[in-house]
Amino acid sequence: MTEHKKEEERIEVRFTLNGQDVDCTIAPMQMLLHLLRDHFLLKGTKPGCEEGECGACTILVNDMPVNACLYLAANAEGKRVWTIEGLGNGQDGLDEVQKQLVAHGAVQCGFCSPGMAMAIKGMQLFQQRTQQVLDRAAIQKWLEGNLCRCTGYVHIVDAAERLLQQNHG
Amino acid sequence: MNMEQKHKLKVIGQPVPKIDAGLRVSGKAIYGHDISLPGMLHGAILRAAYPSARFSIDVTEAAKLPGVVGIITANDVDMNHIGYKRDHPVLKKERVNSIRDEIAAVAAETKDIALQALRLIKVEYEPEEGVYDPHEALAAECGAINAQAQGKFGHPNIAEVFRYAHGDLAAEKARSAVVVERRYVLPRVSHACMATSNITAHYEKQTGKLLLYSSTQVPFLYQRDMAHALKMSASDIRVIQPVIGGGFGSKLDMYPFEPICAALSMKTGRPVQILFSREEEFVASPTRQPMEIWLSMGADSDGRFTYREVKVLKDNGAYTSWGATTPFVIMQAFSSLYQVRACAFEATAVYTNNVYAGSFRGYGNPQATFALERSIDLLADALHMDKADIRKLNANQPGDVTGQGLHYATCGHADCLDNVLKASAEAKAAIGPAQGRYRRGIGYASMLHVGGGAKIYRSDGCGTTIKLDPYGYCTVISGSNEIGQGSETVLAMMAAEELGIPINKVKVINTDTDVKPWDVGVHASRTSFVAGNSLLGAIGLLKEKLKAKACELMGVDIQDLNYDEGQIRTANGAQGVALDKVVRELHFTPPHELAVANYFYEPGSSFQDKGFKGNVSGTYAFAAQAIEVEVDTYTGNVAVKNAWVAQDVGKVLNPLLLAGQIQGGFMQGMGYAVSEELQMEKGRVINANFHNYKMLTAVDVPNIYFEAVETHDPQGPYGAKGVGEAPLIPTAAAIANAVCDALGIELCELPIHPERVLRALHGKANTIEPFKEGIAG
Repeated sequence: MTEHKKEEERIEVRFTLNGQDVDCTIAPMQMLLHLLRDHFLLKGTKPGCEEGECGACTILVNDMPVNACLYLAANAEGKRVWTIEGLGNGQDGLDEVQKQLVAHGAVQCGFCSPGMAMAIKGMQLFQQRTQQVLDRAAIQKWLEGNLCRCTGYVHIVDAAERLLQQNHG
Repeated sequence: MNMEQKHKLKVIGQPVPKIDAGLRVSGKAIYGHDISLPGMLHGAILRAAYPSARFSIDVTEAAKLPGVVGIITANDVDMNHIGYKRDHPVLKKERVNSIRDEIAAVAAETKDIALQALRLIKVEYEPEEGVYDPHEALAAECGAINAQAQGKFGHPNIAEVFRYAHGDLAAEKARSAVVVERRYVLPRVSHACMATSNITAHYEKQTGKLLLYSSTQVPFLYQRDMAHALKMSASDIRVIQPVIGGGFGSKLDMYPFEPICAALSMKTGRPVQILFSREEEFVASPTRQPMEIWLSMGADSDGRFTYREVKVLKDNGAYTSWGATTPFVIMQAFSSLYQVRACAFEATAVYTNNVYAGSFRGYGNPQATFALERSIDLLADALHMDKADIRKLNANQPGDVTGQGLHYATCGHADCLDNVLKASAEAKAAIGPAQGRYRRGIGYASMLHVGGGAKIYRSDGCGTTIKLDPYGYCTVISGSNEIGQGSETVLAMMAAEELGIPINKVKVINTDTDVKPWDVGVHASRTSFVAGNSLLGAIGLLKEKLKAKACELMGVDIQDLNYDEGQIRTANGAQGVALDKVVRELHFTPPHELAVANYFYEPGSSFQDKGFKGNVSGTYAFAAQAIEVEVDTYTGNVAVKNAWVAQDVGKVLNPLLLAGQIQGGFMQGMGYAVSEELQMEKGRVINANFHNYKMLTAVDVPNIYFEAVETHDPQGPYGAKGVGEAPLIPTAAAIANAVCDALGIELCELPIHPERVLRALHGKANTIEPFKEGIAG
């Protein structure tokens, strides 16, 4: 990064972002988090630690949650990337995951909330794909990589549990 | 206050989701990290490479880097020292006292360039050994660690001393049947807000005005502190609060990065943004104050508490922030939690070359409550008394005026204890004999905290401006702001309740010091109580204004009216007129008045005297917790299984948001108990990341059974008390008591990590050390 030669090095990457085909030219070391926030101006993906520990930047790549801060943008090539901005395009702007989080009081300061919502969306898609039922313990395990300092997690897990039960039933 | 409740409450008491939750969960809320202004530069701060050193600095090479627009060191700025002791230079000159010390700052076109420029700054250090133990800092031969220290307390390294006493200590000691003396050690922990510290500063040379997008919890005090630092007029500084990604007390003071960012903007004439990395957040934001508490306390043969003698030694770090003033609250727990006849208290904050401590949810109370509640268990053991009975016997009661002068007009302490004792009784009975690998235990603790603000500053008040528009919508302009806890929603609920309009017709404006009326800030669990009362006062005035016009429009004599479903109605309900129509008529017909009212609420509390006596809060909150743990005797791991939590909240304003405060507070308290510690080695933070700083996750959450105790405080809005800090205060104490109950060991130190448990279990820890005489001044 300190050498000009490296900074000038550029590669092209194509993927679908929230359902739209996109292509852009990036530095090889560019992390997806910064590409999303700084290039696509999708500021809903939050930079909490930028070292893969807090989950605030959770997005879906091919329907599985990943930490955008540790995900090389180059690796998004040919994949489906969903961010929080891709959820909730209905009338009231909220996906059912988000509705459950709101209704259960699972949002306080909210900095972890987009990442939580994406992680739970990932669970929902996983459950649909595999026809497995994720119980409360499985939900807690699935959310282990998403830190929250405000809520104590109870309402977040409640929201996920209700959503997944509804989807299953 | 506007407390008459003639009709049943329709909104208050309902589980209304946070009105801003939809935006936050959609990624639409704008935090400091999301702000981008035209022409904005990115700032970065160079910090000390040694915790104690003399240094010289040369920025020549860095300044030549393309894209660098401005660099400042102490030589380039004219700023006052900051912190309430004014002992903290914003940029350090020639010597550093801690590893977080700011020595230079860069503003550049990109963040990468700014970071690269930091690496080009040449600093030559002459490192010194440094002092990292407050006991050593108090040695007679130890020189001043902070050259700006005021040195008012006999030793240059004593930053602050608090002394308090009530009752006849000697007499109470003499009549005590049992006495317990212990030294407790409390760790340094971090707020670990999910959003790191951030600021965007925009100085306009043309107007001489400074605009700050800041996450502060106390915008008006901050404005004044910033003005002091920058030698500006406070009102030339406008503070706008973007959405705040976690507070917990961390944003109660102004820190060096904030005036530094302003100075970079002043120097470059462009907006400048500073965002902390997570590592920087751990190293360079304030911590909970680490301390040793030496506690001697006694009880008579009936089990009644006789006295408490307390000496507290606090590691202040290199500079003084609010952490040094936590004895305000610490002494309150010792003087007034449970009835106690005598108390003598002394707390000393000592400079070291460690990172400095600030305020953190609970403000010293978790530390105090840990020591007190652990010693209560030991007293009970010494008396062969049941640990529940000794607490019930000594519980605070309604009407008590404590030795410190706290007046408990309402008090749910005994009810909270009863509640958790009954709720946990079955689990307690089910615990078998202590054998095998896994052992269960139950521990109790309770707590007292301010529940109606704290009169520490010149005013503990809050202003509100309320406005009705011609469409029947209401705008509440509150001095007090949202930090995620939901105060905005609670205020909107109050306005909806009182004006008989749906909550989506209430707008809360609370983020701009140029617009909103004065408020002391979000702290001391005060917002629902103080800002709520302020809003109700404003609504009362507004209704007086509407009354004459509404009665005129309805053709009735002037009388008190009801507000319901967008209508203003006569008391008997016979006549009514639409609220929006009344507002239009008020505006557009003589005498042409605005439907606006202003109100300033000042709690009925009083300042404490020089001996810290006085009724410092509008009301007091109480809570009790019973916690069941299972300890693995092979690994030392503590699993918290069940938690029964009861809290005197006065009145439940919103059960959904209340539960969120309880659960979130509880888990912060549990982290303090079992896993969190900001570890330092010779002044360096060695676990400045979430991998090694162990915050709890979703898998660690026990069953939390919460019961709200309603005592209907006459001073509170609808009878409510503050709730925010209480849930974490007794948690570590109750968990420690539970672990000790399970294993028959003694723990005097947090966090209770596996190593500590195993050491205690195998008899290698916690020899009872007497307090080292003389060290507390």
